[in-house]
This record gives sequence, C-alpha cells and structure tokens, in this order.
Amino acid sequence: MGELFAVFGRDDFLSQLLVHVELSVVALLIGVAIAMPIALATFRSPFWAAVAINTGNIGRAVPSLAILALVFPLLGFGFTPSLVALTLLAIPPILINASTGLSQVNPQVIDAARGMGLSKGQILRGIQLPIAAPVIFAGIRTSAVQVVASATLATFVGGGGLGDLIVLGLQRNDPAVLVGGSLTIAVLAIITELTFGLLERTFTPKGLLVARKRRGK
Amino acid sequence: MSSPAGGPPLAALQDLGPRLFDWGWVSNNLTDEIIPALQGHIFLSFVSVTIALLISLPTGILVSRYRKAYPPVTFVTGLLFSIPSLAAFALLVSLPGIGLGWQPVVIALVAYSLLVLIRNVVAGIDSVPEETKDAARGMGLTPRQILFKVELPLALPVIVAGVRIATVTIIGIATIGAYVGGGGLGDLIFTGISRNFPTRVIVGAVLATLLAIIADLLLLAVERYLRPWARERRA
Repeated sequence: MGELFAVFGRDDFLSQLLVHVELSVVALLIGVAIAMPIALATFRSPFWAAVAINTGNIGRAVPSLAILALVFPLLGFGFTPSLVALTLLAIPPILINASTGLSQVNPQVIDAARGMGLSKGQILRGIQLPIAAPVIFAGIRTSAVQVVASATLATFVGGGGLGDLIVLGLQRNDPAVLVGGSLTIAVLAIITELTFGLLERTFTPKGLLVARKRRGK
Repeated sequence: MSSPAGGPPLAALQDLGPRLFDWGWVSNNLTDEIIPALQGHIFLSFVSVTIALLISLPTGILVSRYRKAYPPVTFVTGLLFSIPSLAAFALLVSLPGIGLGWQPVVIALVAYSLLVLIRNVVAGIDSVPEETKDAARGMGLTPRQILFKVELPLALPVIVAGVRIATVTIIGIATIGAYVGGGGLGDLIFTGISRNFPTRVIVGAVLATLLAIIADLLLLAVERYLRPWARERRA
C-alpha cells in the first residue's frame, strides 16, 4: 500500500497527469468546435443530417487505437499527432447526438413558434437548442469519457499522459506503478463521467423535466 | 569518423522518407501473419460477446422482474464500462493467477459488454406491450411460457441492437488487448509501431476498422430482419 502511494509522489506523476488532462480537454474543445457547426449547418436538411449521422456512425466504429496508429505514419510521434487523433475521436459522438437531437425537435412546436412570429435564429436559440440540449450534452459526455480513456493510448505514439506509467509498470514489472497509473486513469474517467452527467442534468430545461415526469419516465 | 555525407546511398534513400505502404510485405505475410491475426481477432471478440450474452440474458431477465436491482446493476456495470481499457488490462494482468495472455483480455471485454447488453435486455422486455402480455395470460400461458414465447421473441430486436453496439465496441478494444498478450490485429499495430514499420500499423488498423464496420452492418441487417412489423410499416 505504501508503495502505491509512493507512485503519486513520483516526479513524473503530476506532469503525466497534466499532459493527460491537457490532451483530453483540448481535444474535446476542438471536437465540440468542429462537430457543433457541422450539426447546426446540416440538421435542417434531412439528406445532409443523414450524411452527418452516418459519417459519425462509421467514425464511431473505427477503433481508437486504429486512429492513433494511423495518425502516426502520417504525422509521426509526439503530442500534436496524439492531439489530432484524439480530436478525430471526439467528433463522432457529438456530431451524432447534436444532429439527431436538433432534427428530432417536434415540428409542431416549431410551427407554433413560427406562428408566434419568432425568427429562425430565435427559434434555434430559444427552442431547438434548449430542447436538444440534454441529447447534445449526452453526446459530449460520451465523447469526453472516450477521449479521457483513449488519451491513455497516446503513450504508444509518444504523446505522454498517464499511459506512460502503465507502460513503464508493465515493462519494469513494477506492480505499484502499474496499479497506481491504472487506478488514476480509472478515477479520472469516472470523475469525467459523473461531472458531465451533472452538466447534462443542469442543462436540461425545467419544462422538459416536468414533461418527462408527467409521462411517468 | 564518418561525416554525415559519409554513407551517401543509404542516407539519401532515407531522406526520401519511409515508404508509407509496402504491398510486397502484405503479399509475403498474408497467410502466415495477417490472416491468423484477423482470425484471432474475430475469435477473441466472438468468445467475449458470447460469454457476456450468457451472463447478461439471465441478469437482464431477473432485473426486469426485480426492478429495485436495476439501478445498482447499471451503476456497477457503468463504472466497469468507464474504466479505460489499457488500465483495465494492466490491472487484471497484475492480479495473481491471471498474468499476460488472452485471459485478461477476455475478462475485460466481457466486463465492458455487460452495461450495453443488460440495458438492452431490460429495454427489450419493457418494450413488450402490456396488452400483448394480457392476451397471452388470457390464453392460459404460464409466466414461463409468456417469457419464452412472447416477451423474449418480441424483445429480440432490441437485444440484437445491444449485441451490435457491444460487438463493435469489443472489436475496437480488443486491438489494445494485444499489448498484454491477447493477440489479434493489435499485434500488427504494436509491432509496426515498435519497429517503425507503417505498413504493419496500417494493415492492422484498417482491418480492425473494416471488421468493426462489417460486424455493425451485418448485425444491423439481423436487427431489421427480426423486426418484420417495422418492415411492413415502411412498405
């Protein structure tokens, strides 16, 4: 047990943790910045929305190790190639959920809003985005958890992060480093999952919660 | 002492950049390396999904009856699901009695499938309309007959949808299992990275991706086939 705690005191522990968090946060932010405009630009047309959703679905089927591994022959080793790969991984879940969420808003609700004289922009900001918010945040949550988990694999293409500790532990047959690194990553992923779950609930409009309760869900 | 210009032919060749893809390697190693890796990958994924299904079906059925057990079951399987795979493999390897090999990989892959599978078994059973069950009861079917002849067949498309998500996820995660000795397509990726030989990496990664996409489409076809009422409605 004492050995395990020694892992957290290692010089490289904090720096690997920071690299891990940095990779994940930046990849997620760029992922949102790419996926959201695409979803917003395509959701009004059934054809382009379907293209976006299907592209996202294929993107989700690509194994995370495959994306990291495929970036390496093209961009080489290091932080930036890892960041590019993680960003590519972050996009599909957000794109799928944002597209489905926005295009599944009840057309009658939108008709009613139009009848009240709301402009396209007002309908988007006041009605479509709030109603789709829980679905969009669920996508961001999936993406965040996946990125935090996959950032572990950045170690294989020289991107650093907590995966370095796991690899070090396996190579030196040092269970303390291995277990310490693994547990930290697991805790980080669970914290991400719980935090984004909370965000999801915070951004669910009160009206939707009331409606959900009435339907008995 | 040799100057950088000392070994010109080789250095000049290297300056051209490493060849991205070597078709010769692929044809030379197709039967003794690439196909066995693909088969190993399919086998590993298939065994894991099958074991996970054998656990999830009874668990899902029980949980759909004893509703109070559902939140804790999803919580625990959800926690398992959010543990990054490399960490899970590494933790399992360090446990006594497991060690390197396919065992930690199969254990982790099964654990990852449980959340999706159990959730879909329960959702599938829940989707059976109350009137349908009433009709079955009225016809004098026992609860066991209702389960096997009414509820499970009607829940099947939703269960297959879960199998589909689990299979695609598992095919992806299994590539990482090669790092702890699980074999499969990940072997090509990892040896390619360590030998700085992109062809291996590309073959492993592309095959793993294709395998996941093909499995996804096949199971989607099964899912559609099992939903004849949806087909009729569309026609």
